[in-house]
Amino acid sequence: MNNSQQHIVIIGATSAIAEACARRWAERPAQFFLVARNSVRLEQIKSDLQARGASADSYLLDANDLSAHAAMVGAANQTLGRIDIVLVAHGTLADQKACEQSAANAVAEIGTNGTSAISLLTHFANVLEAQRSGTLAVISSVAGERGRPSNYVYGAAKAMVTAFCEGLRARLFKIGVHVLVIKPGFVATPMTAGMNLPAALTATPEVVAIDIDNAIRRKRDVLFTPWFWRWIMLIIRLIPSAIFKKLTL
Amino acid sequence: MTGGERWSWGLYPYAPQQAQVLHWRDQLAPALNKLAASKITTLPYGNGRSYGDSCLADSDQLLQLRGLNRFIEANWETGVLCVEAGTTLEEILRVSVPRGWFLPVTPGTKFVTVGGALANDVHGKNHHVRGTFGMHVRRFGLLRSDSGLHECAADENGDLFVATIGGLGLTGVVVWVELQLMPIRSNAIETINFRFENLHEFFALSDQYDPTHEYSVAWIDCVASGSALGRGHFTVGDHASDGDLTLSVRRKLVMPLTPPLSLVNSLSLRAFNHFYYRRQRERERHFCSDYDSFFYPLDAIAHWNRMYGPRGFQQYQCVIPNPHARTAIPELLRAIAVHNAGSFLTVLKRCGDKHSPGLLSFPLPGVSFAIDFPQREKLNRKLFERLDAIVHECGGRLYPAKDAHMRGVDFRNAYPAWTQIETLRDPLLLSRFWQRVTRDD
Repeated sequence: MNNSQQHIVIIGATSAIAEACARRWAERPAQFFLVARNSVRLEQIKSDLQARGASADSYLLDANDLSAHAAMVGAANQTLGRIDIVLVAHGTLADQKACEQSAANAVAEIGTNGTSAISLLTHFANVLEAQRSGTLAVISSVAGERGRPSNYVYGAAKAMVTAFCEGLRARLFKIGVHVLVIKPGFVATPMTAGMNLPAALTATPEVVAIDIDNAIRRKRDVLFTPWFWRWIMLIIRLIPSAIFKKLTL
Repeated sequence: MTGGERWSWGLYPYAPQQAQVLHWRDQLAPALNKLAASKITTLPYGNGRSYGDSCLADSDQLLQLRGLNRFIEANWETGVLCVEAGTTLEEILRVSVPRGWFLPVTPGTKFVTVGGALANDVHGKNHHVRGTFGMHVRRFGLLRSDSGLHECAADENGDLFVATIGGLGLTGVVVWVELQLMPIRSNAIETINFRFENLHEFFALSDQYDPTHEYSVAWIDCVASGSALGRGHFTVGDHASDGDLTLSVRRKLVMPLTPPLSLVNSLSLRAFNHFYYRRQRERERHFCSDYDSFFYPLDAIAHWNRMYGPRGFQQYQCVIPNPHARTAIPELLRAIAVHNAGSFLTVLKRCGDKHSPGLLSFPLPGVSFAIDFPQREKLNRKLFERLDAIVHECGGRLYPAKDAHMRGVDFRNAYPAWTQIETLRDPLLLSRFWQRVTRDD
């Protein structure tokens, strides 16, 4: 990437990690295409980035409305002309108890955190494939590494995204398109505000954004952020199922 | 983030707070309404840089506004910037310095929020030139639990405007602030540092150099006595007239944990003050600093407040009116020596006659004196009683943003406009400080 303006699409632009990334990217010349479903908050993010010197357009979308994806991707491509980075950052933290009691809730969470991301990635993958360049960066989660009783519906959706991207990466790598899967651990954001996260393991969105920025520049495949989650998850993945099922995680 | 933590910068008084963490402007009104319905008072809280109890809610239930840190509008031609109230000065400088704009007034840390800087009407090393922070605030949005959102400026809702500048966050929740920034041509500060032998010399230097320099401040060796009483270093600075505008980048140190005992004791104090005074051999030294090390030396050590141990510390900051400064400051220093107390950082700063519109604004034309003491219940009480007597006898006053001890009667005498703040106070907002100083002792 040279010093010219970066063209960046952010899906879920009002999420805390996405906002931190955008501010960081706005320190260099950048043109944003910002997508979210809350119009008031989306406009606030847009104004913030413009005040920081970036140019920005906004686009309202409910990611669960899969039929609206193609039009949004078309608008993004037309507005930006060329797409350097797509950050897929939308999502909800599923209410595990509600998902256990209602199949509709469980499927809806899979839809928001899994299916909608796969639809978006498929659309953008074809755009980047045609231009033979760019980065698809997707926020998955360490929760996708193992199905834990406390949030296996959310975890299943993220596992779906992770596996999908692994295949997509192998398909697009040959023509120069980079696919990055981001696996944050605990991050202090509005999404996790109600949870009692261990302070020593909890990162700020700003720290995660620095890691994401570096991983995109270095064309990494998978990013655990902060770094120590790679080793925590290595251990957790090694626990045999016979023991794992007895744990409360 | 719940109880158990220390919430004010001095880590004293210990009053665990529950915080409702807010990130968006549209969350404020519902949060206020909910508290109003359950008749629970609260207090807006920024980045927790107030030292005493002015940032602690009487109900111990805060509204955490640090997440409201977006830029709303910036005009980089005129330097007018509008930001959400939880934005820190550091977040502004990161964006404004490369474009040639600086804060017209900055306190000694860049980790305060704009809302906090407004609520405490903070001042800096250029008070004698540019007055307080509030004097550079053009307008702000104030959300009240009883009457909704008000846009406040000198000529619009003027009573709320002057009550909110320095109003300790009690007149409503500041949602956004529009500031006038100051143009700079370089990120560097041309600095002159003078070593002086006693207080008499400090006043002479201040008289001579303050009128011709943007910034001035002095550090005092609080351990020196006799003919060396009040010796120290006097520093003046000005923005360099050309150079580059890149950001200061410094390695940051961290105080990773709170030691079981204060690292500040009579031995470390004596050694530090002695060597710090002698760090410069010549009487006068000219050099260039980057803005970060000139304004924010302590910001280089994250959590430096932990060095005082689990009991925390209190900062004693007062302003002595000009006519009494030459007699009262030596008295304060002698009282501190008699009580065998002292500090690494004792700061003198001449305040000018720029008058802030803020009703509860702290500075007076005179000399501001600030010193940190480890929290020691009995000793501090006796010492502060003596210092308070000296301050109030000469018409001086203490700084609410730093305070955890002042008597209600002293506050009410020194800040007679407090009754106007009480009248305009949002009924839903109440701090531990306000509860303490407005009730009878």
